[in-house]
Amino acid sequence: MAARVLIAKPGLDGHDRGAKLVARVLRDAGFEVIYTGIRQSPERIAAAAVQEDVAVVGLSILSGSHVALTKKTRQALASVGGDGIKIAVGGTIPSQDIEVLKSAGADAVFQTGTTTEQLVAAMQQLTGTTPTPT
Amino acid sequence: MPPADDTPRLTDAGLPVKRVYGPEDVRHADDGMIGEPGEYPFLRGNFPGGYRDRLWTFRQYSGFGTAEESNARYKMLLERGGTGLSVALDLPTQCGYDSDDPEVEEEVGRVGVAIDTLADAEILFADIPLDSISTSFTINGTAAILLAFYVAAAEKSGVPRAKLRGTIQNDILKEYASRGTWIWPAEPSLRLIADTIEFCAQEVPRFNAISVAGAHFRDAGANAAQEMAFTLQDGITYCERVISRGRVGIDEFAPQISFFFYTHGDFFEEVAKYRAGRRIWATTVRERFGATTDSACLFRFGCVVGGASLYAPQAQNNIVRVAYEAMASVLGGVQSMFSAAWDEPFALPTAESTTLALRTQQILAYETGVARTVDPLGGSYYVEALTDAMEEEIRGIMAGLEAFGGMTKAVEEGYVQRIIADEAYRVQRMLESGDRKVVGVNMFQTDEALPEISTVEMDDESRNLQLKRLAEVKASRDPSLVERTLSALEAGAKVEDVNLMPLLVDCALAYCTVGEMVRTLKGVWGEFQQPVVF
Repeated sequence: MAARVLIAKPGLDGHDRGAKLVARVLRDAGFEVIYTGIRQSPERIAAAAVQEDVAVVGLSILSGSHVALTKKTRQALASVGGDGIKIAVGGTIPSQDIEVLKSAGADAVFQTGTTTEQLVAAMQQLTGTTPTPT
Repeated sequence: MPPADDTPRLTDAGLPVKRVYGPEDVRHADDGMIGEPGEYPFLRGNFPGGYRDRLWTFRQYSGFGTAEESNARYKMLLERGGTGLSVALDLPTQCGYDSDDPEVEEEVGRVGVAIDTLADAEILFADIPLDSISTSFTINGTAAILLAFYVAAAEKSGVPRAKLRGTIQNDILKEYASRGTWIWPAEPSLRLIADTIEFCAQEVPRFNAISVAGAHFRDAGANAAQEMAFTLQDGITYCERVISRGRVGIDEFAPQISFFFYTHGDFFEEVAKYRAGRRIWATTVRERFGATTDSACLFRFGCVVGGASLYAPQAQNNIVRVAYEAMASVLGGVQSMFSAAWDEPFALPTAESTTLALRTQQILAYETGVARTVDPLGGSYYVEALTDAMEEEIRGIMAGLEAFGGMTKAVEEGYVQRIIADEAYRVQRMLESGDRKVVGVNMFQTDEALPEISTVEMDDESRNLQLKRLAEVKASRDPSLVERTLSALEAGAKVEDVNLMPLLVDCALAYCTVGEMVRTLKGVWGEFQQPVVF
């Protein structure tokens, strides 16, 4: 069965070129992808993740608010029974924030310059799947 | 000698380029459609003297933290030779939330300065001569409110509104499609934009009511031709709206419409894009809307260089990219420019990187000689042919949008978003296959981790200062005046033929907050519903 992934844009940042690219690349690689659109609150994202029964929530953040928003999404997931859902964070992430993000609840971090190949491989590892391309 | 390779090569937007061009490729040599600088159709530039008479404005986008911190940065930029201000506002201000709204606490002061009330605007512009400095605001959803603040702050400091120069971006259609700081649905948003255009035409005559901005389509993934086509189509939509209300004519308001683009790395394509844009806009305003004055037909534009054309690996290469892009913009005839700092792919720029970006423009202006003659590439067989090809491509895309039912429908239904996402995906594939070459990214790579960099953060102290000021303003203002001005705004919003700008200025002077004004209007108009496509 294909792994399900929710791609989400938390906060007010509307730059969604990366989020849409990632959504399409993952879909092409065989994932079932749901995209929330922009300006979603962590609570709405968590609710959608649980309702859609996804394995991973991918957060795309370019506004510099990545640590706070990751923490809030992790808490929101916990409060709706989504503790088992993994979080991947992508965007304008400085190197020194990678570990900070992981302790805030991220399971994977993708910096600027990540190739789609690296992304797909990492997401397959994260979900324990090797989806067949459609 | 082996035979020459005559296979066409493609520009970034996919236009075919021949091995060599000659006189036979200049289609408009004798029909007046190339013309002279400063003459219709303005292909060769808006002004007869070009940069000989007036250089482009060096306008560095800047703003962060509190109004005090941004005010200090503006003064620094002006002291170092900046000639205009460009205000970056934080996302809560852009989306209509106050700094004390718990929904947005982590975003306050982060990507720009937080403005909650007129009190913040007064501090932001303290000791800056608003009658001689022009100010550009990258603001859209709340553009009318920020214009009200600017007018009120200026008049409180003794500068009459008629003397104000600058621009609000005020282009909501591209927010729906690509940048995302929308608030209300399209219909009332277009009405509010028409209100600002009329207000500026009648009361703030030196201020551009709108900067129709293709830049964000471009950064979201559109190519150069799509960027120009979407932008011109947006401009047409706003003009139609104002004309349909019948209060100000095209000759009165069109001179206060400006445009804004990204210049990316394909040098001649960018030059051609701007030259074609000038000719298409001039002919559209004259032939479609019946403008009779030259000033109504001018396609005045600013640009930003950098953005998605910059890359994180080998980041200092971006200094070179910015310099080439800046030169292409100038050869295309730009009126104002923001050159991005090389560290933009990871962070807000530092004072050093911002200064270097400004110096890049200054070297271009004062050392390279590009400003010596008007439209130096005019008449080049290649550039004229590429300009014509670009015009044809742009007009084709515009015709497609008209056929779809116009720009408003096209963004409401996600048609434009789909085109942009397709192009972004195509380019990503080309980058990864190496068909689009980028030094340090898919050729001549080195194995370097991204640099650790110092980021400018809004610390708790600044945020607390902002919250404290907001609380003090709320405590010291006249609550009955707040209620009266907001009620008048609400009543005005329900009636299409009331211009809301004077009512917003009243709200500003009563120290109503951005959030209060936005919520009042949401109560009448509702919110935009985004189409989700990828």
